[in-house]
Amino acid sequence: MDHLVIILEAVPTTLAVTGASFAVGALVGLVLVLLRRTPWLLVRGLARLVVDVLRGIPPIVLLFIVFFGIGSGAIRLDPFQAAVIALGLVSAAHLSEVYRGSLLAVHRGQFEACQALGLGRRTTYARVIAPQAARVAVPGMVTWAISLLKDSALVSTIGVAEIMLVAGQDARSTGAGLLPFVLASAVYIALGTPLALLSRYLEDRLSIERSR
Amino acid sequence: MSTSLLNDWADWAPRLLDGLGLSLKVTGLSLAIGLTLGLVLALWSSAKRLPVRLPAIVLVEVGRGMPALVMLQLIYFGLPDAGLTLETFPAVVVALSLTTAAYTSEIIRAGLRAVPSGQLEAASALGMSGGDTQRFVVIPQGLRIALPTLMGFAILIFQISALAYSVGLPELLSQAYSVGAATYRYLDVLVLAGLFYLAVTIPASWLVARLERRLNRHL
Repeated sequence: MDHLVIILEAVPTTLAVTGASFAVGALVGLVLVLLRRTPWLLVRGLARLVVDVLRGIPPIVLLFIVFFGIGSGAIRLDPFQAAVIALGLVSAAHLSEVYRGSLLAVHRGQFEACQALGLGRRTTYARVIAPQAARVAVPGMVTWAISLLKDSALVSTIGVAEIMLVAGQDARSTGAGLLPFVLASAVYIALGTPLALLSRYLEDRLSIERSR
Repeated sequence: MSTSLLNDWADWAPRLLDGLGLSLKVTGLSLAIGLTLGLVLALWSSAKRLPVRLPAIVLVEVGRGMPALVMLQLIYFGLPDAGLTLETFPAVVVALSLTTAAYTSEIIRAGLRAVPSGQLEAASALGMSGGDTQRFVVIPQGLRIALPTLMGFAILIFQISALAYSVGLPELLSQAYSVGAATYRYLDVLVLAGLFYLAVTIPASWLVARLERRLNRHL
């Protein structure tokens, strides 16, 4: 029972890393997708390069670059900050793709109609396009949150005391071997399942066919 | 970019290349084993009766629900406690294979379900047995539908192979980290490692995108 208590005490840290990284990613991802839709080719190309690089590097390598590479030089980053920056950047790249897909799903006629009505670019996006794109984007965002929850386990490698780290320490210090890891898996599954159900529910609820 | 950095990179490159080779080996082996298991799980979890398919569904959900890092550490640090001690390399391959199997079984299952029902009806009209229908009609077409997604997953498992650092397998990330520890030039060497990973993942993702367009050309 003690093993479970130790792991449960680390759940808030896992949730904090996941939540903070998701928030960073949701905002930076928005910037990235807007940059990818600017009229300037160079800006678009750079934004695409950033997204491809962030998605192409294994998250743990990015984490090490941020923590050991950058965070131990001129700037000092504690493990939690480094974790949120690294996972936030990975999330930004993935979420910008989710946003981009959702914008592509909005029918072209909607843009043309806005133009015909003389709406400005800002009004077009804020009042017409975004609400429709959000229907498509939200289930994808929840799916990413599930992946991120599991990816957060790798910040144990730089010493953030989340579920994976305390499970590993518990296994070594008590000699309990298998049990802490099994409990950690169970806790991750218990945290991810409600999100998976939420994603399925939202997909059902927000799909355009249903709402017509 | 200074030439001294390029010189250092040239010095470190052979070591990192060794690591990259090991990363690719782990990835390839895990994919070969994992995809086979994934196909078995996909067929098993498509069984008609619920009690038959239930164990497969539980296995898949557990495998997909736990982080790959937890799976790896469970097998490497946890299993010796249950009397099963694996060397680093086999432990990594087993862990990544199981993760691959859980994820790809869902991808393959979706592919199998996407085979038009007319194909099944045609097979039964020709008097093919259930097993033959699966083997000659459903599986070949289903795998073809699933191929782009499977290749996308292959890129992901190559990235996941970097987690083997945590159990001390001398793959690409471990090599870079130990060069960093010896020279205190973590940023320089980790960036080079990142470029090595990108040199594989970015062309691979272009390939997947091209394949996807090609396969969808006639749809």
